[in-house]
Amino acid sequence: MSFDIHNIRKDFPILSRKVNGYPLVYLDNAATSQKPQQVIDAIVDYYSNYNANIHRGVHSLSQEATDAYEAARHKIQNHFNAKTACEIIFTAGTTQGINLVANGFASLLNKGDEIIVSALEHHSNIVPWQMLCEKTGAVLRVIPMNEEGTLLMDEYYNLLSDKTKLVFVNHISNALGTINPIEEIIEKAHSVGAAVLIDGAQSCSHIKPNLQELNVDFYVTSAHKMCGPTGVGILYMKEEWGNKLPPYQGGGEMIAEVSFEKTTYAGLPHKFEAGTPNICGGIAFGVAIDYLNAIGFDAIEAHENELLTYATNKLLEIEGLRIYGTGQKTSVISFNIEDLHPYDIGTIVDKLGIAVRTGHHCAQPIMEFYKIPGTVRASFAFYNTLEEVDALVEAVKKAKMMLS
Amino acid sequence: MTIEAIQEELIDEFSMFDDWMQRYEYMIDLGKSLPLIDEKLKTDDKLIKGCQSKVWLNSEMKNDKIIFTADSDAIITKGIIAVLVRVFSNQEPQAILDADTDFIDEIGLKEHLSPTRANGLVSMIKQMKMYALAYQTQANS
Repeated sequence: MSFDIHNIRKDFPILSRKVNGYPLVYLDNAATSQKPQQVIDAIVDYYSNYNANIHRGVHSLSQEATDAYEAARHKIQNHFNAKTACEIIFTAGTTQGINLVANGFASLLNKGDEIIVSALEHHSNIVPWQMLCEKTGAVLRVIPMNEEGTLLMDEYYNLLSDKTKLVFVNHISNALGTINPIEEIIEKAHSVGAAVLIDGAQSCSHIKPNLQELNVDFYVTSAHKMCGPTGVGILYMKEEWGNKLPPYQGGGEMIAEVSFEKTTYAGLPHKFEAGTPNICGGIAFGVAIDYLNAIGFDAIEAHENELLTYATNKLLEIEGLRIYGTGQKTSVISFNIEDLHPYDIGTIVDKLGIAVRTGHHCAQPIMEFYKIPGTVRASFAFYNTLEEVDALVEAVKKAKMMLS
Repeated sequence: MTIEAIQEELIDEFSMFDDWMQRYEYMIDLGKSLPLIDEKLKTDDKLIKGCQSKVWLNSEMKNDKIIFTADSDAIITKGIIAVLVRVFSNQEPQAILDADTDFIDEIGLKEHLSPTRANGLVSMIKQMKMYALAYQTQANS
């Protein structure tokens, strides 16, 4: 299928609406992606035609719902190239996946053990580990970054030792768009016997990861970043880790047998899926993955790179504009204009129908590094157009004129 | 001037503008004309929480009236503060506590009233009323 931007845009009903009297230009894709009609239809179809609880009913409706939910798990397994479907655990999203792993490691860590995270992390990637360290006496170490927003790999190698038990980095930084060299990070961590958790929340809409080839231990992401619904995501964990980690929450689904004397837990993935899951969300996530694969990740990447290059060049023509994060990166542009507050720019461009994010992007340590209160962040998806980039640039120019 | 009279005056001024851009330009001008606050007063304990931009609010009592001075690092926020200072500064605590804030809707800034809005207009008004309450409690005790 060839990449036809006009046909693709027709799949997204929201893209034809107006905001503040102007056509919506949605450039906050790093926060969440918009949903194609195919995904919206799947949600309606589920509740209209086969809503039932799964894994426990003998009735036909329950079987249909179970089959669809498990089929989605297989689609996700294939997409991310996990070895088995049982390594794919449905979660409420990236944050829950991270907390599940952090909770599991509480019983495996000893005082003085070390966890390494990167300086490029989202708050949700920092706080669970701080909590884990408080609980276990483990120490949190941070891989620093340079002015370009790129991690200092030499510093990373120096941090690694036999005390390192877990390394956690995002594949792509949400605040700057930096693509981290996860292949190298994983390989080096394994060489000292440490496990690795990769946060794919920002990358999964741009890059199709091959989890077996990466040889990563854990991987988390959210459906809503890749055209799926909110409130559902996955945690991939290698089967051996699935057997090692204790369950996260107790409840239905996660048990094999229960008596008041002893409960035996279900096997993977159900051991980590207590309670009735987001059935509809899981099924719709599968549909979103089909949708993205039908367009093709190579085509997506090519189009997004074109948007990134075009937008970077156009924005840099504005005097006093600085872009943060200039290394190897994806289609995210975090910027400020000299003397202007990002909040002011964001407010004016919003009045012109353009949705960008302003603020610290839940990554205050990065903002502290650059000594700025925040940035304006425009993040592009495959359904954005060059004309929309023009609209952004014009709006930013207008904001600059009004505010200076 | 009473709070009501000042609010009426603002409604009059803003009614001259036809579109949002003129309203915002006026707000930005108001922000720029806000008297500068003593740098020594821009301390963390004077920061209002819940704003994406920084807002410092200082209050003092002079002749039974509260004088508010404030500043922000964002210019639109500063414009909003300028409006609030004009309405609430140099007023008695009881008058501040009794005042309603419907004028904000009438001058076309209702969108800033939503609690999810990151500029913290709601927090600013709340903080001003808290100061008024504190001064009044102090005076009555």
